[in-house]
Amino acid sequence: MNLLNTFFNIPILIETFPLLLSGLLVTLEIGVTSIAAGLAGGLFLALVRLYGAGPIPFFAKIYIDIFRSIPLLVLLIVVYYALPFVGIRFSPFVSAVVALTLVSSAYTAEIFRAGIEAIPHGQFEASQALGLSGRHMMIDVILPQAIKIVIPPLTNNCINVLKDTALASVVAMPDLLKQATQAQALSANPTPLIGAALIYVALLWPLVTIVARLEKRFGGEKRP
Amino acid sequence: MSPLIQITNLKKAYGIFTVLHGIDLDIAEGEVVCVIGPSGSGKSTLIRCINRLEAFSSDSSIVVDGVTVGPGKALAKVRAEVGMVFQSFNLFPHLTVLKNVMLAPMRVRGNKPEDAERKARELLSRVGIAEQAEKYPGKLSGGQQQRVAIARALAMEPKVMLFDEPTSSLDPEMVGEVLDVMKRLAGTGVTMIVVTHEMGFARQVADRVIFMDGGRIIEQGTPGEIFDNPKEERTRGFLRAVLNH
Ligand SMILES: Nc1ncnc2c1ncn2[C@@H]1O[C@H](COP(=O)(O)OP(=O)(O)O)[C@@H](O)[C@H]1O
Ligand SMILES: [Mg+2]
Repeated sequence: MNLLNTFFNIPILIETFPLLLSGLLVTLEIGVTSIAAGLAGGLFLALVRLYGAGPIPFFAKIYIDIFRSIPLLVLLIVVYYALPFVGIRFSPFVSAVVALTLVSSAYTAEIFRAGIEAIPHGQFEASQALGLSGRHMMIDVILPQAIKIVIPPLTNNCINVLKDTALASVVAMPDLLKQATQAQALSANPTPLIGAALIYVALLWPLVTIVARLEKRFGGEKRP
Repeated sequence: MSPLIQITNLKKAYGIFTVLHGIDLDIAEGEVVCVIGPSGSGKSTLIRCINRLEAFSSDSSIVVDGVTVGPGKALAKVRAEVGMVFQSFNLFPHLTVLKNVMLAPMRVRGNKPEDAERKARELLSRVGIAEQAEKYPGKLSGGQQQRVAIARALAMEPKVMLFDEPTSSLDPEMVGEVLDVMKRLAGTGVTMIVVTHEMGFARQVADRVIFMDGGRIIEQGTPGEIFDNPKEERTRGFLRAVLNH
């Protein structure tokens, strides 16, 4: 009974729930913005890595390797606490989105590249033989097929980005985790933290099961 | 009249391995040319250079309908005029048969969707698959897929059609339906270059038969000359091998 009162105190949960929900909203704002920007950036990086002129593919590869190596927390702290020393000052929200997007686009680029490379060469040749421009070949023929292949790993990446938004609390962003820790301090009870954990699980569990199902559906299918 | 396709000193190498040793070949408008020869002799490479799916040596020249085939802007023009049919069909699996045929006319020629669709349906009925228009390519037999591929290439109203062993990956019972479409096409005045192992087709349809070996044109002539009276020993050996199996 005591344990329940400590870790799952219903009155405290009810009291702090609006706070947690406002935190969830911030988490979603950071997450969705970073996911969208990461998708666009990742697709761009994948295309210039595969088809860029001269040294561009090399630089794209360097970018991708660096941002897949750097710990997100380190990057976030650099963006928020170090960049002001050179006069670049971002709000907590922008800092979080920038850091998440930089990293997410590096991972997304590799996912898109793998998807494009999985398309049989004959699809490129048939498009070229018909006279399609490089742009139309990509938009009408290659990407629609590649995107089907990359939906499971992209969804996986979305999950990671949504989880990583919790790091934004270290730059004083009032996200779900930050609100929970604050509520915990105010009420002198860890229940809000448990509530936050449950909200994270409720948010991400469906995505996790969707990925598993997608992987089963697309994974077994071998292309010629 | 100058030839529709003018190939001069066509050379192609992969590293130190030379695939084409300076081929000279002119093809007249409306001509149907069949290219035969053993596997690895450079037949595919030759026709793939014509629309520059393969890059070739810079001292070689290919001119199609007055346009020099090379990297850059003019290439788009050449490719729009040159249709190609592949051994492995290469239909777009995520588009319906109809959309496969409509795509290039809309994107390359800028045709309106209604016009592209009308033309696509017309072509699909010409190759005998009008009823399959709404299906996806994966649901069709190999012979049907190859006929869609022919319709797709024809939708661009090309001056030249290139065929790279169009029946080689088909089950035997489907070879005839594709060859029939090609025979009818040959009667319409389209210039055709057909790489094929179907000697019966070559004999019946070709204006000229070219025998290649080792990256060179060894002998060429009318079907009668090549099949009934080959001059070169290598041609005789090849024909003996393919006709007596
Ligand atoms: N991408 C490639 N890299 C290296 N060698 C190749 C490549 N493509 C074709 N070749 C070689 O070029 C030669 C001619 O090939 P190809 O034109 O396909 O012959 P064919 O169509 O007459 O069978 C073959 O010896 C083949 O092995
Ligand atoms: Mg070949």
